[in-house]
Amino acid sequence: MLAFTLRRALQAIGVMLAVGVIAFSMFRFAGDPVNQMVSLDTPAAEREQVRKSLGLDDPVMVQFARYFANAAQFKFGISYQFRQPVSTLLMERMPATLELATCATIFAMVFGILMGVYTALRRDTWLAKVFQAVSLIGISLPTFLIGILLIYLFAVTLGWLPSFGRGEVVKFGWWSTGLLTVSGLKAIIMPSITLGLFQMTLIMRLVRAEMLEVLRTDYIRFARARGLTTRAIHFGHALKNTLVPVITVVGLQFGSVIAFAIITETVFQWPGMGLMFVQAVQNVDIPIMAAYLLMVSLIFVTINLVVDILYTVVDPRLRSTVGRAH
Amino acid sequence: MTVPVLSVRSLQVEFVTRRGALRAIDDVSFDIAKGEVLGVVGESGAGKSVTGLAAIGLIDPPGRIAGGEILLSGSRIDNLPPEEMRRIRGKRIGMIFQDPLTSLNPLYRVGEQIIETIRTHLNLSEQAARKRAIDLLAEVGIPAPEKRIDAYPHEFSGGMRQRVVIALAICAEPELIIADEPTTALDVSVQAQIISLIKRLGRDHGTAVMLVTHDMGVIAETSDRVAVMYSGRIAEIGPVQDVVRNPLHPYAKGLMGAIPTLAGEDKRLVQIPGSMPRLSAIPPGCSFNPRCGLAFDRCRVERPEPIRHGSQSVACHLFDASTRDSAA
Repeated sequence: MLAFTLRRALQAIGVMLAVGVIAFSMFRFAGDPVNQMVSLDTPAAEREQVRKSLGLDDPVMVQFARYFANAAQFKFGISYQFRQPVSTLLMERMPATLELATCATIFAMVFGILMGVYTALRRDTWLAKVFQAVSLIGISLPTFLIGILLIYLFAVTLGWLPSFGRGEVVKFGWWSTGLLTVSGLKAIIMPSITLGLFQMTLIMRLVRAEMLEVLRTDYIRFARARGLTTRAIHFGHALKNTLVPVITVVGLQFGSVIAFAIITETVFQWPGMGLMFVQAVQNVDIPIMAAYLLMVSLIFVTINLVVDILYTVVDPRLRSTVGRAH
Repeated sequence: MTVPVLSVRSLQVEFVTRRGALRAIDDVSFDIAKGEVLGVVGESGAGKSVTGLAAIGLIDPPGRIAGGEILLSGSRIDNLPPEEMRRIRGKRIGMIFQDPLTSLNPLYRVGEQIIETIRTHLNLSEQAARKRAIDLLAEVGIPAPEKRIDAYPHEFSGGMRQRVVIALAICAEPELIIADEPTTALDVSVQAQIISLIKRLGRDHGTAVMLVTHDMGVIAETSDRVAVMYSGRIAEIGPVQDVVRNPLHPYAKGLMGAIPTLAGEDKRLVQIPGSMPRLSAIPPGCSFNPRCGLAFDRCRVERPEPIRHGSQSVACHLFDASTRDSAA
């Protein structure tokens, strides 16, 4: 088990190194950063001065090593645009994105699992057919369109929910949360639904397919032959077996939720990392773009690792095969 | 005469398809007495398993019981509401399936599964149920049951898993055990152990056993009586020695003739020509007539009804006194 975890951790570090190369190469190939920082009429000598002070005249390998050493300590340089350390900017924006992604995932899981189980167990009811139709919409409509439709309905027409922003936030050290104020809670509803809808339909379809599959297995037939109650069979035996693959998908999707948040955050002007990234792209603020890339990859890789470990907790068969293989 | 534990009367099972209903079981009747082991043999698709599933009320749509009655210790169970039938399953009728590797839920410890079943049917505390589960595991021959109870199914070998499945089937002292090919998926050496275990349990608890298999050796070793099924009907039924030594129905004769003997190693194995008809294409008259060397005109038109012949009952026109005269 420990060897397994260590091996996975080493693989994760390898992935992070590769992403680091890509992030660093952005500095080299996406235009000259000095041009972004100085005005048009700055003399060449002054430009050289800036170049030197930023260490941009060192050999590439030295620059890369320096960048990586700094990145490992969460130092991503100074934003060209804000003239502030990128890590400070990220820290300010991260809570908003993580809260949004978490709420969206919880929304997607709760409703996805409930609707998936319902459509699997009551296949022929009209409500199941409605869920199926809704899931088609959720899977095919683009995120920004759903966001705009929600804003039109609940913010503009009905005026129930705010159309943009995060509402009031409460500070806990460096972490700011909108989940403790009424305006913050109201503000997070629509972005969460927008961001989570695709995941919800994905989970619903996955749960439905898995559940139908599990209900056909021999151990479910045997459970029925043992005279267990329908409830025990459906929710004790079938659901638990269904959730094994669902955990993987939900876990892996959490990374894409954070990545997809770029669009949702733009639509709702949500002050998270995604919105900051979009603004950074518009201003060719490469330190922010590179840092965002690294942060998202770090989250992805961490989640992958956690999911692998969680898997063995849920499924006893993996626990012993993993133990035996090493 | 005492009431048989299981009594199946003119059972008909149909599978509804787009092109009409297919009759998988057609007019099957038999009894199993207390403590008796009835072997049910036949080729794949003869309706052995469906008969067993019908008895425990587990025929899934599109299949349904289209006619006849099933009585458990004298009371009808084929028309019970689902909730009452559920209470009978596992408590009064236990079932053992073919593949022990897939019969147990891989995510739960075997103890959890046994205790769950016990507590579903018997009013016992968690501790009492656990104690009973350990006793059951000991009874079916699992070494160190107090340790193994907390193991997961994948930690058992195939034979041991089938023992766990048997423990699950008998955990509420059922009157009847339906064993659907309980040894087919096991090693030959383990098969003998499982067979003698089922036999011993049936004897010790006075449980009636319906043993579905296509292995004549298993039947000969275990059963008191045997029913030979062919395309949804019982071709012949009778005490196991009589049917094995002196089969009457041409199909039963063919089956017994097809058992390889140790002495005849050089000879080609005997086989019955042709194959069993599909459900959608059962020939008129006796369904065996296209493969039967002794078929005569009547066999192609009229379906034979079971006829008593000594201790056996056989569905074949050859044993109808009136036809024998006319055929001769």
